[in-house]
Amino acid sequence: MAAPKKGRRAPTGQGHPGRTLILVLIVMAGLIGGMFYAGTLTPRLGIDLAGGTSFTLQAENMPGKPNAINETNMKTASGIMERRVNGLGVSEAEVQTQGTDHIVVNIPRGTDAKQARQQVGTTAQLGFRPVLTTTAGTKAPEPEPSPSKGANGKGKGGDQAKGTQQHASSSPTPGAKPTTQGRAVTDSLKKAPSGKPSPSGPAKPTAPAVPPAPGGDQIPPALQKQLNALDCSTKKALAVAGEKAAAANPSSPVVACKDDGSQKYVLGPVGVEGTDVKDAKAVFDSQQGQGWIVQMDFTSDGGKKFADVTGKLATKAQPQNQFAIVLDGAVVSDPRVSERLNGGNATISGGFTQQSAEDLGNMLSYGALPLSFKIVDETSVTAALGGEQLHAGLLAGAIGLALVIIYLVAYYRGLALVALASLGVSAILTYAIMTLLGPAIGFALNLPAVCGAIVAIGITADSFIVYFERIRDEIREGRTLRPAVERGWPRARRTILVSDFVSFLAAAVLFIVTVGKVKGFAFTLGLTTVLDVVVVFLFTKPLMTMLAKRKFFANGHPWSGLDPKRLGAKPPLRRRRSAPTQTKEA
Amino acid sequence: MSKLGSIGARLYRGEVGYDFIGKRKIWYGISILITITAIVGLAVRGLNFGIEFSGGAVFTTPKTSVSASQAQHQAESAASGHQAVVQKLGSGGLRIQISGLDTKQSLPVQEELAKDLNVPVKDVNTQLVGPSWGEEIANKAWLGLGIFMVLVVLYLAIAFEWRMALAALIALIHDLTITVGVYALVGFEVTPGTVIGLLTILGYSLYDTVVVFDSLKEASKDLTKQNRFTYSEIANRSINGTLVRSINTTVVALLPVAGLLFVGGGVLGAGMLNDISLALFVGLAAGAYSSIFIATPLVADLKNREPQMKALTKRVMTKRAAAAAKGASQEDGQDEASGVAVAGDDDGAAAVVGPRHQPASRNRGRGRPSGKRR
Repeated sequence: MAAPKKGRRAPTGQGHPGRTLILVLIVMAGLIGGMFYAGTLTPRLGIDLAGGTSFTLQAENMPGKPNAINETNMKTASGIMERRVNGLGVSEAEVQTQGTDHIVVNIPRGTDAKQARQQVGTTAQLGFRPVLTTTAGTKAPEPEPSPSKGANGKGKGGDQAKGTQQHASSSPTPGAKPTTQGRAVTDSLKKAPSGKPSPSGPAKPTAPAVPPAPGGDQIPPALQKQLNALDCSTKKALAVAGEKAAAANPSSPVVACKDDGSQKYVLGPVGVEGTDVKDAKAVFDSQQGQGWIVQMDFTSDGGKKFADVTGKLATKAQPQNQFAIVLDGAVVSDPRVSERLNGGNATISGGFTQQSAEDLGNMLSYGALPLSFKIVDETSVTAALGGEQLHAGLLAGAIGLALVIIYLVAYYRGLALVALASLGVSAILTYAIMTLLGPAIGFALNLPAVCGAIVAIGITADSFIVYFERIRDEIREGRTLRPAVERGWPRARRTILVSDFVSFLAAAVLFIVTVGKVKGFAFTLGLTTVLDVVVVFLFTKPLMTMLAKRKFFANGHPWSGLDPKRLGAKPPLRRRRSAPTQTKEA
Repeated sequence: MSKLGSIGARLYRGEVGYDFIGKRKIWYGISILITITAIVGLAVRGLNFGIEFSGGAVFTTPKTSVSASQAQHQAESAASGHQAVVQKLGSGGLRIQISGLDTKQSLPVQEELAKDLNVPVKDVNTQLVGPSWGEEIANKAWLGLGIFMVLVVLYLAIAFEWRMALAALIALIHDLTITVGVYALVGFEVTPGTVIGLLTILGYSLYDTVVVFDSLKEASKDLTKQNRFTYSEIANRSINGTLVRSINTTVVALLPVAGLLFVGGGVLGAGMLNDISLALFVGLAAGAYSSIFIATPLVADLKNREPQMKALTKRVMTKRAAAAAKGASQEDGQDEASGVAVAGDDDGAAAVVGPRHQPASRNRGRGRPSGKRR
């Protein structure tokens, strides 16, 4: 038993306690420096503590779906919005339905309101449509590309026109922001697409800039007229065009603009829908130099559909071998297909920033809203809990902490210094990390989280208490302080790890499985648990090792909290005579 | 304090101690009584769900000079007992959300509010709001809890043994039931804060139980190789050995929460702060109580059904009877000396003759760098 322990002891404990302490101090200094660098010295507070901005969104009737505004769809929509604005669960945004057709979204102060508007307002209706023909994005006076050979009987111009008409008349957009939806996409995708006709690997159709070319399919005259009339030259016109195209029936052809206005298209019926996308995420494409792209994984069903569509397209001539990825009525990218794509995934490329790619990936993962919404009201709101709640809470917390300090000092005396220093380090680390997570992942602190942090004091303190009690037990056995500190550690360490693992398990499972505030709670719990272990291992233990060398503690000064007499240690074992008697009994 | 310290020492050596295991039936009884009370309270009074769960009515007023906190008191009195959330809007108006109101009930409240706030009734816009804590959040939370319970039981069964896992689970359910029951009895509104509080307790209750079990596991190592103590006695000693730690931890965890509950909440009356701190206070206290009075005795009960442990008990009893015949005085001394041995780890197997001489040889190592003489 003794031998392996000796071996283990050297590196962990007495090795270089000073170095570990310095490491912790450097990390602390780094975090605090990071706070100053990021310019955020206080954590972002949740809406209950700091107030924020409140949007009211009104559902709009979609053409062809007169009864779409019902309770189920509203619930679904608010659920999707909740996840869009609060994907990690830590941003403390709140989403609730109001009345029959309104949804209220509250975001805490300090959140990027513009981004949030886009996140909740964008429908994110995604569709893959084959390109029937394409032309430059300006309004053309005379019919441009000629209708020519080939037959694709999918075109039903009448339907489409009707759909568009309906939508235009049925969208009452008084006041506020009539074009948010369209603009959300266009804003985020305003850069030109990369003009590289690169070989499209099975998983990555790229977006070549296609010159207007005569199509291979017959374009119905009605559509051709629409295409000519379509104006993609100004932002406003783009938004109008986007809205129209978004409202179109997915199973009929449609005219649409490229999101930057450079191209306009006649597009066939939707081949693969957004609901066929299982997961989407932003990735940085360094190989083909496309910058940020959004990578989509299809469901098995969607993958099949995608393979079929691309297989069909690959046999056709330019530009009908292209398909357009249409998001809320605007063509985001129009890759050319040269072969059947069986990979079950696809990418969207074209001038994304990291932020816009991540946003789009989020939206596609969480699904399209079943309804389209417009923002009818945006106002600031004050904290949901009065300032008096926070002040009273802080006051009460301070009183509680003072009592904890008094208790610790009274009971552990000198050792309390170690406990308080460790708690202090833990508090500074928690505070700095929470502050930095504000800008990083939108972490916001609400009242329950503050209370949770107060309970975390107990759990963190427990680790020290477990260790101190071990040390004292060792001293009661008659050991001097330094061996006691080292011998007590392995056992205290095991207890701390085993019990913290349970807490961490709870945090990890809840974080993975749940959504919304529960997820946020799990995040906080996991963070405090990890910090507890870090502080005990890298701060408390080395500090104890160092203090054990000081006379004040080593000699068991009455105020050190380690006085063998007070602890009721066994009489010094030097008395050889007494030892045999004792052992005989045992 | 020295007194406390020496009590700690005596607890540690097993000189003094409370017979937790022996009196377990009393504590089981008390727990069952409290749990039944909690369940009855829950059944009779039910939980009073806040606006975040049940939805309610939202009143939007035009610009008013009344402050948010004043309006909150007025709104709460107007809505007779329901909690109100009041926010000031950018326009200077107020948004007042009150839980549990339907269209009919909200009309008189609207009038009352208009009167209190001194604005025309027709300018107060009333709408019903849905819950912000939707079904999806709740369902996923239940799913997460289920998965966690299964995993934690598996983990405890592997790291310790299934009896401890079972006992920890029972203790956890006990703690949560009591907390929810007290909540129902007090009649506070259930807010997201309450749920977060309950989840915090979930973590804490298990944490505390595991710390106690860890020392129990250590103490009961090589138990069958000796025949002086039964499992129950070892369990009892290990509880007493960690009692100081349990008390200290509980005090340190409870003091700030008590501050929140009694100072913060007491000054302000109802509010989110009260909701959370009540859940936390009851739950933390129950968690500390159950790991000592419920979980460990349960393990002892389960363990004593094992044939090995039955045999051990029998051996111990036989030996005691023999020793009693020889003379009681020796027995006492034996107990004390071996208490040290059992609680100290390496000497856990001190029952065997060999290690007896160890303390003697340890003396010679004193004054050397640690570990040289172990």
